[in-house]
Amino acid sequence: MSTRENIFRKLRAASATTLPSPDAAIAAHYASLPRTAKDRLAQEFAEKIAAWHAEVHAVPRKAWVEKLKEVVAAKGIATLLYAPATAHGQALAAAGVSGLKPYDKPIDGWKQELFENVDAAITRTRGAIAETGTLIVWPDADEPRLMSLVPPIHVALVDADAVVPTLYDAIVQQGWSAGLPTNALLITGPSKTADIQQTLAYGAHGPKELVVLLLTGEDAQ
Amino acid sequence: MTTHHVQFVPGSEFKRRAAAVVADPFLRKSFRGAMDFLMMKRAAQFPDPELLERQRTLAEHIRRYSLSRLPELLERLEANLQKNGVQVHWAETPDEANAIILDICRRHDAKLMVKGKSMVSEEVELNHAMAAAGVDALESDMGEYIVQLAGEKPSHIIMPAIHKTKQQIAELFAEKVPGVAYTDDVDALIQIGRQVLRRKFMEAEVGLSGVNFAVAETGTLCLVENEGNGRMCTTVPDVHIAITGIEKVVEKLEHVVPLFGLLTRSATGQAISTYFNVITGPRKPGEKDGPREMHLVLVDNGRSQAYADEQLRQTLQCIRCGACMNHCPVYTRIGGHAYGTTYPGPIGKIVSPHMLGLGATHVLPGASTLCGACGEVCPVKIPIPDLLIRLREEATHEAKPGHAPLAGQGAGKTALAALAFKGFAFLYGRPALYRAFAWAATRFRFLTPGSQAGWTKSRTPLKPAAKSLRELLAERRNARN
Repeated sequence: MSTRENIFRKLRAASATTLPSPDAAIAAHYASLPRTAKDRLAQEFAEKIAAWHAEVHAVPRKAWVEKLKEVVAAKGIATLLYAPATAHGQALAAAGVSGLKPYDKPIDGWKQELFENVDAAITRTRGAIAETGTLIVWPDADEPRLMSLVPPIHVALVDADAVVPTLYDAIVQQGWSAGLPTNALLITGPSKTADIQQTLAYGAHGPKELVVLLLTGEDAQ
Repeated sequence: MTTHHVQFVPGSEFKRRAAAVVADPFLRKSFRGAMDFLMMKRAAQFPDPELLERQRTLAEHIRRYSLSRLPELLERLEANLQKNGVQVHWAETPDEANAIILDICRRHDAKLMVKGKSMVSEEVELNHAMAAAGVDALESDMGEYIVQLAGEKPSHIIMPAIHKTKQQIAELFAEKVPGVAYTDDVDALIQIGRQVLRRKFMEAEVGLSGVNFAVAETGTLCLVENEGNGRMCTTVPDVHIAITGIEKVVEKLEHVVPLFGLLTRSATGQAISTYFNVITGPRKPGEKDGPREMHLVLVDNGRSQAYADEQLRQTLQCIRCGACMNHCPVYTRIGGHAYGTTYPGPIGKIVSPHMLGLGATHVLPGASTLCGACGEVCPVKIPIPDLLIRLREEATHEAKPGHAPLAGQGAGKTALAALAFKGFAFLYGRPALYRAFAWAATRFRFLTPGSQAGWTKSRTPLKPAAKSLRELLAERRNARN
């Protein structure tokens, strides 16, 4: 008998009556919690993620590239990794932001360069969560997973209209279960640790800084 | 400054190790301070006791439901992972788990494995098995890295290096990391670890991780962490191997949400962790990064024994937050190493007997005051005190009729205890004899020996009272009349 069969045989031998599904109880629980008004969600998100040590800039949708240029200059970012096939990537290239480096080939050939010579990366997000101040990052072939992990500074674009109240709302409303990417991520602040004497230190293994550009307002603004 | 080199050690040594820590004011202060800090942080996350109770009830419901369908959910998890391109392996024992992982390493000619935090890998002593086969298994969680560098084992499941001060870590780094001068600045120490480990993430052929939640419906593995080393291990090397216990599966992604919310709040008092890493397969064609190959090793190692019994099955509800140890008066005083098991504290006392057998662990369920704090803070409502009492009974008795014996059933039985209880039953079952005994015991109390076997090692001698209760009551009655 194989190991697998052996394990299943032991588990099946136990008498276990299937209990009722918790689906309804979970839905009822989240429905019972106080709701943040829709027009307050972006602000709540911004306050919460700032408390997690992220730098937040609310910026009109049309002006984000200008704000990014300010951030690049202020932080002395010499190399900024970006996704050239995305809409925001094309906007960056068209605006002539300095130091742009496209993530346009598999990591295998330039791992060391990514680890050692890239100062920052900019990515979009699928949305954000107000309750905890969390980014929903949805990497794909155009905008790979390592962008939000390896460079010391991660700049994330968040559309204020895409902020949802809770993780539960995000999973249900955005239908996550029907189409998860190979790697979805929730990111709440820069990398950190308290493993030495419970003393909080930032920049453990991932980004040391997280910069959020919160895109707000009408296009006409 | 002493370094404790800790291997799995027999339970018979438990009392000696516990006594050593109790006598060490330095360790006592370390653990007291750390546990007070963690308890305070957790309490701040749950200001509304009524809401907390609702959340715990919901989390318990989800875990119990998942376990009630365990075989079916494991089959679905396996099928969906395979559909996503993940290879699934099964291991009944630590040796089998290590052999599977070693085989994968050999096929890739791996010399270096970087590891994210995984208690199951500690449970099977993976590092040891890899080292013996020439694969360098390097811990990359800062706390685990420190503990490994010191040649020790974690003393806490969430904060592995909680027993060490920054000065000790500074000395350790200066001694063990080439080119590093002594500094006890915490930021500087973390940056040293970062630099060393970043090179290793680049070099390693294999990355290993644990799993916090496995989702059957989507074939997804969820990992909770703050540092980003877990993401490095699951993303940078060409091969990702995840290892976890068979109990970690839930049906749907929605079921993870309440558990995740309670896990970080109960563990470190955080509303959420920095990263929630949701993995649903290796690199797809056209993608530019991520592992090319992905494996999941599902480990039994005694879990099916706990599963077989409806009461003991509750042990498997655990989501490994560590709140029970943070609130345990025994853990706070003796620290994590004294237990000699991978999982210390209250959860360790109820889960280790299934992994290692009662033969090696029968003293552990007894090392509790049954104060109930562990059960009260458990986010999934495991009745830990009830399970401790149950295991005490299993450790000292034969299996009840109709119940399969546990591994090491009855290993804690001693002739002396059996005799004492027999004598007790004999005496208390015969009123005349009992009265005669009570009369003699009170009159000849001066004959009580000062040394009473094990009892007086750390307690004052037992001595009968001058008058029995019956006599006292009789006197009171007479005085009233």
